[in-house]
Amino acid sequence: MSSTFVSTEPTAVRDAAPTPERSGTLAILHDWVVTVDHKRLGIMYVVTGLVFLVIGGVEALLMRLQLAWPGLTLVPPDTFNRLFTLHGTTMVFLLGIPVVFGFANYLVPLMIGARDLAFPRLNAFGFWILLFGGALLYFSFIGGDGLYGAGSAPAIGWFAYAPLSERAFTPGNATDYWNLSVLVMGFGTVATAINLIATISTMRAPGMTLGRMPIYVWTMLTVSAMTLLILPPLSAAQIMLLLDRFLGAHYFDTQAGGSAIIWQHFFWFFGHPEVYVLMVPGFGFVSEIIPVFSRKVIFGYATLVAATVSIGAVAMSTWAHHMFTVGMGGTLDSFFAASTMLVGVPTGVKIFNWLGTMYGGKLRFRTPLLFCCAFLFQFLCAGLTGIMLAVAPFDWQLQDSYFLVAHFHFVLFGGLIFTIFAALYYWFPKVTGRMLSERLGRWNFWLLVVGFNLTFVTMHFPGLLGMPRRIYTYPADRGWDILNLVITLGVPLQALAVLIFLVNVVYSLRRGAPAGDNPWEAWTLEWATTSPPPAYNFAALPPINSRRPLWDVQHPDDPDGPHE
Amino acid sequence: MSRTASRGRAGVIGFIVAETSLFAVFVVAYLFYIGKSLTGPSPKDLLELPILGTICLLSSSVTVALGSRALAAGRVARAGGWLFVTIVLGVVFLTGTAQEWRRLIVEQGFTIGTNLFGTTFYPLVGLHASHVILGLVMLSLCVIFAGSGALKAVHAERVEFVSWYWHFVDGVWVVVFTVVYVVGR
Repeated sequence: MSSTFVSTEPTAVRDAAPTPERSGTLAILHDWVVTVDHKRLGIMYVVTGLVFLVIGGVEALLMRLQLAWPGLTLVPPDTFNRLFTLHGTTMVFLLGIPVVFGFANYLVPLMIGARDLAFPRLNAFGFWILLFGGALLYFSFIGGDGLYGAGSAPAIGWFAYAPLSERAFTPGNATDYWNLSVLVMGFGTVATAINLIATISTMRAPGMTLGRMPIYVWTMLTVSAMTLLILPPLSAAQIMLLLDRFLGAHYFDTQAGGSAIIWQHFFWFFGHPEVYVLMVPGFGFVSEIIPVFSRKVIFGYATLVAATVSIGAVAMSTWAHHMFTVGMGGTLDSFFAASTMLVGVPTGVKIFNWLGTMYGGKLRFRTPLLFCCAFLFQFLCAGLTGIMLAVAPFDWQLQDSYFLVAHFHFVLFGGLIFTIFAALYYWFPKVTGRMLSERLGRWNFWLLVVGFNLTFVTMHFPGLLGMPRRIYTYPADRGWDILNLVITLGVPLQALAVLIFLVNVVYSLRRGAPAGDNPWEAWTLEWATTSPPPAYNFAALPPINSRRPLWDVQHPDDPDGPHE
Repeated sequence: MSRTASRGRAGVIGFIVAETSLFAVFVVAYLFYIGKSLTGPSPKDLLELPILGTICLLSSSVTVALGSRALAAGRVARAGGWLFVTIVLGVVFLTGTAQEWRRLIVEQGFTIGTNLFGTTFYPLVGLHASHVILGLVMLSLCVIFAGSGALKAVHAERVEFVSWYWHFVDGVWVVVFTVVYVVGR
């Protein structure tokens, strides 16, 4: 199929491209370390994210074992605090960010027909500083004692509320490792966001107008813009915390008149939009996958783009719904409750876009679509509990309870991680040239769905019964024990699902069916090149006259252009 | 306009947006803590209007623009001259800040830990000053390259980016001046 348009370029172009001919582990390692190629950096980002998914998952597993039954003493209280701090920080900054920006690294230039990102070396900087930040965070286990002998890893929660994070309450270096680690990762993320914006705004192939960009590219443009606005405030707040801890400033020092609440404002001004920065690219994955497996164009492209940008805009003004119990007063509570409910509107629009795409389509239930279907249900549930928690008085009742924990795991696990798996199964053939096993994929999917829902549907109930988050054990007479046991029983299923995925990757890399250029018969540009793509991405691009350039190539008698 | 150039343009705009967001939080923190110090001294007791420094910094925006335009017109020596004048004006501004800080810290014993005013004053003014220093480093490189003959008209757009950054630093000073020396005093 590719021969229809690649043939215009002489094969000499391919031969001239630098192919890694040197052999030996050291040469290969050298190639990967010095690379500035967006595809290799994308792969390294995603692999890093998956490694940290396993690490963060083990931390969750330990916490669930400790909570499986009242009064267990498997994990001591201090260690438990460190576990939930590292679990949260890892999953947001070391799984979510690298996977989201890693996929963008790989896919955005391919989808818009570009050779690479705008600033390849800046891109490499972004990846390596992130890896350094991750190492710094986990080095705290060794280095966190500092001169004070006060604890190892940070135990301040992933949002590090002041004044707990101040020197007086957390001596030692652990909190500083957390602070510096997240700070440098923030610099890398901002650099990558700038890179993506520059790439998308200036390097689109001829014909790739904004109105023809794949939805996924729109989502990355939106979240990159959000990143520029929300991450520097977190960095600023962290610099203030550093000044407090090292130079004796009083930003968050309540003894000297400082405000602990302003940290919450600064943190959540980042922290809430950050959820959308992670989740909106997941919407992008779904918006690419569902049409291909429904054999239809996406339903309501323009509304989907408008909803994406609206989510980005409205999400910037919802942060203080994390702070209803602080006592902000009726006016602010009402404002943030209203803005939070408002963000549900464009999100709801998207659900209808996806359903409308599937409606009447010739559905092909391959693994990527299975994950998308589960995502639709689970993300809807996450949205509904989100609307419930947006009601301030309801939130007063359930703030910091397991209901809240269940809610945001429905968003980030039932939503984001399911879309990530869908994306992994969908684009693995493009990246490696081989298909992932469908049989193992189905095991992966069903175990994850059952395990996830067993754990996180159940988790709502102890929350409603008053079980607070971040407790390392609980008494037996509260009616929480059976529920907690069920929650923990879901964990091995999820762990097995992830294990099967890893087995699937290893197996398919060696024995998987060759994928060819376009195994899913998809329509966006990344499928126009070989699998895996050559270093220069495209020898020649197909003409881009619609949102589905490859459809036009395959069906010259019925191109999309007149219908758009 | 070449593709590389427009790429750089988008990158610099993105960078300046992110920097604006960073400064905004320090400005918000300063405004939030005005009058909330539990002990003295207050801004009224200590701060004097940095008139000379402000005039120098604001006029340096004009000189950097003249330098950037001269380079675009192919007049390298003239561009180097205007950029040098920009550096001199920036150094005068920084000297003013240095003298102010010396007076506050050494003579008055007023530090970042004294009270909330100190806590918010030094990081905000210091963050701005550090950006001035970074700008001076970039401008100095331009002037050195102009002197050595390495700077040519093809680099006009890059020098223009430096001038954008310098305008940004200038704009931030307008906000800092207003917040710290006018509203806060």
